[in-house]
Amino acid sequence: MIEFSAEAKRRFERILSHYPEKRAALIPVLALAQREFGGWISQEVAEYVGELMGYPPSDVLSVATFYTLLRRRPVGKYHLEICRNVSCWLMGANACMDEAKKLLGVEAEEITSDGKFSWNFTECLASCGTGPAMQVGNRYFEDLTPARMGEIIESLRND
Amino acid sequence: MTKILLANADKPGQNTIAKYRERGGYKALEKALGMEPSAIIDEVKASGLRGRGGAGFPTGMKWSFVPRNTGKPTYLLCNADESEPGTFKDRLLLEREPHLLIEGMAIAAYALGCHLSYIYMRGEFEFLERPIETALEEAYKAGLLGPSVLKRDFSLDIHLHMGAGAYICGEETSLIESLEGYRGYPRIKPPFPATHGFLASPTVVNNVETLAALPWIISNGAQAYAAIGTEKSKGTKLFSVSGHVKKPGVYEVDLGYPLLDFINNEAGGIPNGRKLKAVIPGGSSVPVLRAEECEGVLLDYESLLKAGSMLGSGGMIVLDDSVKMPEVLSVIADFYAHESCGQCTPCREGTGWAGKVLRNLVAGKGTKADVDRLLKIADMMEGKTICPLADADVMPIRSFVTKFRSEFEALCAI
Repeated sequence: MIEFSAEAKRRFERILSHYPEKRAALIPVLALAQREFGGWISQEVAEYVGELMGYPPSDVLSVATFYTLLRRRPVGKYHLEICRNVSCWLMGANACMDEAKKLLGVEAEEITSDGKFSWNFTECLASCGTGPAMQVGNRYFEDLTPARMGEIIESLRND
Repeated sequence: MTKILLANADKPGQNTIAKYRERGGYKALEKALGMEPSAIIDEVKASGLRGRGGAGFPTGMKWSFVPRNTGKPTYLLCNADESEPGTFKDRLLLEREPHLLIEGMAIAAYALGCHLSYIYMRGEFEFLERPIETALEEAYKAGLLGPSVLKRDFSLDIHLHMGAGAYICGEETSLIESLEGYRGYPRIKPPFPATHGFLASPTVVNNVETLAALPWIISNGAQAYAAIGTEKSKGTKLFSVSGHVKKPGVYEVDLGYPLLDFINNEAGGIPNGRKLKAVIPGGSSVPVLRAEECEGVLLDYESLLKAGSMLGSGGMIVLDDSVKMPEVLSVIADFYAHESCGQCTPCREGTGWAGKVLRNLVAGKGTKADVDRLLKIADMMEGKTICPLADADVMPIRSFVTKFRSEFEALCAI
C-alpha cells in the first residue's frame, strides 16, 4: 500500500485549494504522485490517486496516458529527453542522441543496469535558439555537442 | 525601434518585484484600476493589439465577446504552453519578465471582471515552476494580488498550472479541457470559450506575449501603440529566430520590419559563407518561403499572408543551401504525427501516414507516386478536423512538396 508523505499531503491539499472543482486538480496531483512514487504512474499509483480523488483508476489512466510527461513505465534516475525537432536537428541533435545511446549502452526507453539512466527523444522544448537541447528533470542542457553530452553524462554518473 | 517587451529583459534581476517596481512596474495596473473596465477594453481595441500566440485575432474584440452578468464567473487563462517548433519567445518573457506578465494579467482580469485566473505553462518548463511561483508570491505579498488588489474593491487570484506534455494543449479549447483535468481533446466550436470555456463559464485565453504588452498600452495609451507598425499590424512583435543564422535568439521589432533585413541585421545573417535557401517565418506549421520569395516581404500579418505564408507565432526557422528539404519536412511531419491527439480520423491517420511516407522517401525507398500521395493526404486532412493541428501539417507538406518537388523526386528511382 502506498501513501503520500505528510509533505506531499500538504501539497495535495494546496493543489486542491487552487481550483473551484476538484477534477481540475487531477493532472497536477498525478504529477505530484509521479514525483513521490518513483517517477512513473504504475497501476498502484493510478489506483491511489483515483481513491484520493474519487475517480476509477481507468479514468485516471485515460488522462495519464494522454500526456508524455506522465510516464507509464519506469525511467532511470536521470531520464535524458533529447529534442529531435527541426532547429535542434539542424544543429546536430542526431549526433548527440547517438552519443548518449553509445555511452549509456541502452536503447530508447531502456534503463541502464544501475538504474541511473534512460533516454528518449522528445519534441520541441522551446530551446530552438540554443539547440541541440535536452531536458533532464527540472534542468535544461543546451548548445549540446557529442563531447558536451559525454561531459554531462559523466557528471550525472558521479552525482 | 521601440522596445515594449524587451526594453529591460537584458538587465539582471528584472524578474524580482523590487527591480520591476523600481522601473515603474505595476503603475499601469494602478492606472487601470482607476479606469472603467469598458474603457480598458476600448483602449485595447484602439491599440490594434492582436493575439501573439499564432492566430493574430484582435485582443480587444476577443474580450468584447465575453458576456456580462451571466451569473457565472469569468476566467482569464494565460496560454504559456509554448510548443510550436521554432518558437521560444514566451519562454524568455517567463524567465526574465514574470511581473510584466502578472501585471498584464491583472489589467486584463480587471477589464474582464475576472477574479480567478491561471497561467497554463507547459510541463517541460518545470525549471520555471519555482521562479514563476516566487513571482506570484511576491505579488501577493505586495498586495498586487489577493482579496483587495492595491487596496481596491477588486480581488484576483492567479495560480500556476503546469501542463504535462502535449503540444495540442496550446490550442485554446484543448487547454481548457486539460485544465479541467481531462485528455486534451479540442472542443467543437461554437460554443466559443468566450461564453462556454473553463467549467462552462465565460473564458478568455490569451498568450503570454499578448498579456505582457498590456501594461505598456495602458501606460502610454492606445494611440502610441497603434502608431508603431503598419496600418493593420500594430505594435511590436517578438520573433524567435533559429536554424542557420549567426545570432539565433529572440528579437523585438516593429511589425512591418523587412524579413531579409531581420535575418541579416538582427540575426547576423547566414554563417559559414552559405546562402539562404528558405525561411519558415512563423513556426513549423506555416508555409515555407523560398529565398527569392522573401524579397520585399515585411514581418507583419498582411505581408506574410500575401507572400503565401503566415506570421504565426513569430518562430522563424532559417535554412541555408546545405539543407535537404525532404529531410526537414520529414522531421516536421513526425512532429505532427506524434502530437495529433487522435480525436479526428483525418488528422490521426493523415499525420501518421504523411510521416511514414516521408520517412520512406528520405530512406530512398519511395516512388514518385509517393510525392503525389503526400499532396493527396494533405487534401484529405485540410479543413476536415475539429482543431487546426491537421492544417498545421498540411501547410508545410503542401509548400515543401510544391516548392521543392524536384528534391523529393530525386529521391525516387521510379
